[in-house]
Amino acid sequence: MRLLVFGRCTLLLQVAFAALSLLAPLSCWATLGDNAASVLADQAQMKGTITSIDRHAYVLHEITAPSGVTVHEYVSPGGVVFAVTWEGQFPPDFQQLLGPYYQEVQQAIAQQKSAEQSSDQQPTRRRRGPVYVATPGIVFSQSGHLHNFHGQAYIPQLVPQGVQTSDIR
Amino acid sequence: MIRRFGLLLAVASIIGWAACGGGGSSSSTVSSVSVSCSPSTVTSGGTSQCTATVTGTGSFNSAVNWSASAGTISSSGMLTAPTVTSSVVDTVTATSVQNSSVAGTATVSVTTSSGSNVAPIVVDAGPSNLGYSSTNVAFVTVTVCVPGTSNCQNIDHVMVDTGSSGLRLLPTGSGGELSLSLPQENDSSGNPLAECLVFLDGYIWGPVQTADVTIAGESASNVPVQLIIPSTTSPAVPTSCSNQNPSGGAGNEGNSVGDFGANGIIGVGLLPQDCGPGCTSQGNTSPPDVYYDCPSSGCTPTYATLTQQVPNPVSMFATDNNGVLIELPSLASSNNQGLNVAGSLIFGIGTESNNGLGSAAIYEVPDIYSSNFGNMITTYSGQSYPGFLDSGSNGLFFLDSSTTGIPLCTGFMGASDWYCPASPPANESVTNQGQSDSGPVGSPVQASFSIDNANTLFGTNNTAFSTLGGPQSGSFDFGLAFFYGRNVFTAIEGASTPPGSGPYFAF
Repeated sequence: MRLLVFGRCTLLLQVAFAALSLLAPLSCWATLGDNAASVLADQAQMKGTITSIDRHAYVLHEITAPSGVTVHEYVSPGGVVFAVTWEGQFPPDFQQLLGPYYQEVQQAIAQQKSAEQSSDQQPTRRRRGPVYVATPGIVFSQSGHLHNFHGQAYIPQLVPQGVQTSDIR
Repeated sequence: MIRRFGLLLAVASIIGWAACGGGGSSSSTVSSVSVSCSPSTVTSGGTSQCTATVTGTGSFNSAVNWSASAGTISSSGMLTAPTVTSSVVDTVTATSVQNSSVAGTATVSVTTSSGSNVAPIVVDAGPSNLGYSSTNVAFVTVTVCVPGTSNCQNIDHVMVDTGSSGLRLLPTGSGGELSLSLPQENDSSGNPLAECLVFLDGYIWGPVQTADVTIAGESASNVPVQLIIPSTTSPAVPTSCSNQNPSGGAGNEGNSVGDFGANGIIGVGLLPQDCGPGCTSQGNTSPPDVYYDCPSSGCTPTYATLTQQVPNPVSMFATDNNGVLIELPSLASSNNQGLNVAGSLIFGIGTESNNGLGSAAIYEVPDIYSSNFGNMITTYSGQSYPGFLDSGSNGLFFLDSSTTGIPLCTGFMGASDWYCPASPPANESVTNQGQSDSGPVGSPVQASFSIDNANTLFGTNNTAFSTLGGPQSGSFDFGLAFFYGRNVFTAIEGASTPPGSGPYFAF
């Protein structure tokens, strides 16, 4: 693994991130399904510190907010955010993190809950605890307990060849 | 007396009808016997009426013979519990008269008389208005009172959760039982204090109020508790609250008792408060989206001191306040499942004769507020993962199909969120070890569990399952399925116990 050189301004940007991180909590980051340019476009609004690592099959951006939430964004060689993961004592703002996919996740969870609570859908039962939904469009899981949330979301069609989903963690 | 006489008549009439069947023709068969006892928890020497439902084909004989593992039981199914000095589970068996190889069982939890540190647990189908069968949820009854008065209410079917801290109750407006009007707690600005408590699959929103709380023989006064209110009730849910859960605004678990699955939740986990230092003004640049200042103009995040926060109620008891022990019977002898299983929530660790650690291994997780978040190190196939014990999760949730080799069940979208091993049971082995920010603490200790086909388990009307599992990427959540047959202790952060101070798990 090596640090990704993000053009010539990487060091400058990282200094800027570090400075901004002292001022306010993380309020915005690039969202699932966006392109890599959106990562750069969102930089001015980011308040966390960022580290970027080139893992050849994808680029991993790690953003750490002062609240303790750490977000990883996985960008494909084609320049698209195909996966995000998060961990912290509080959950992230899913509206920001999942962007247009937030609604898809909500619908999938709602359908799952409704099926599991419905007596005509036996034999399944309601699952309590960690969330796991896998549709053709998105895989979303979140686990943990009070004071610890961690999870991941990825778009199966956008995962680059050669990347195992177990790498997204 | 009249009601009891009527019940005896009904039972007698069933036996009489069966007798008229003339012992059954050669084609009659008895296929199953199911048993339920009410109440499912009794105090020492108390009584419980058990009934059996016999199913079969042809003109089968529906008579049963009753037996009980402790105490006595009449020919009509009336159990008289034994006199006990510590909590026991009494197993009642009804065996078919026609076919003695067909039998059903139920368990009745027998506890010592009131004044004890033992709250009876029942793992049953849940509140009567739930609308579906509860699965692997441990329930207790909690008494709340308007502080300083005898204006009190018993709330049954309150979920026992070692994964959180704090007492939260559904008012009648949410389909719950709480009808008492409790005093509102104010924040440091003198405005009403509300809270957003986010769970993995939803969130709880509602005001923080105060109550005197009694469970078994343990009491605490002026305890901050949270109300679980519906989205239609004021104050409105802030977007910053609902956006923290994957279900969005629809994730409000206070909209109905079915959404929440219980009349309340009692968090008896590792933390003395539900947020701790992270929600106070010390060392934080802005308040997290947990506690909210709610003047009439709307709610915005605010700091809450440790004493303003919703506490683990155990930490406020006068005695037996350093943690809890959850005892649930092994289900191994009944196909790893059961109906209305009884157990005990025992307060204190090493404080009484009934809550000693014995040979339990201890898993210390001292740095609960920092990067380890109260997780053990769980090792599976040579890989380390975060692991924790959460009685509020209803299965053994771990990793994914590609890592475990266990396929998902077929579900409504193609794949369900439960495991269905191809040739059950899938037998799994892990080691667990404590950890601090600087690395492992103590020795790794082996633990085994098995996973059965969830669709097969759910084909019954049972409510308790020790081999129920599902996927969860990258970690191990040892939910209630793991607790059966184990004594599981959770020691509260900073509290003194015989081997040292919490936080730790032990089992």
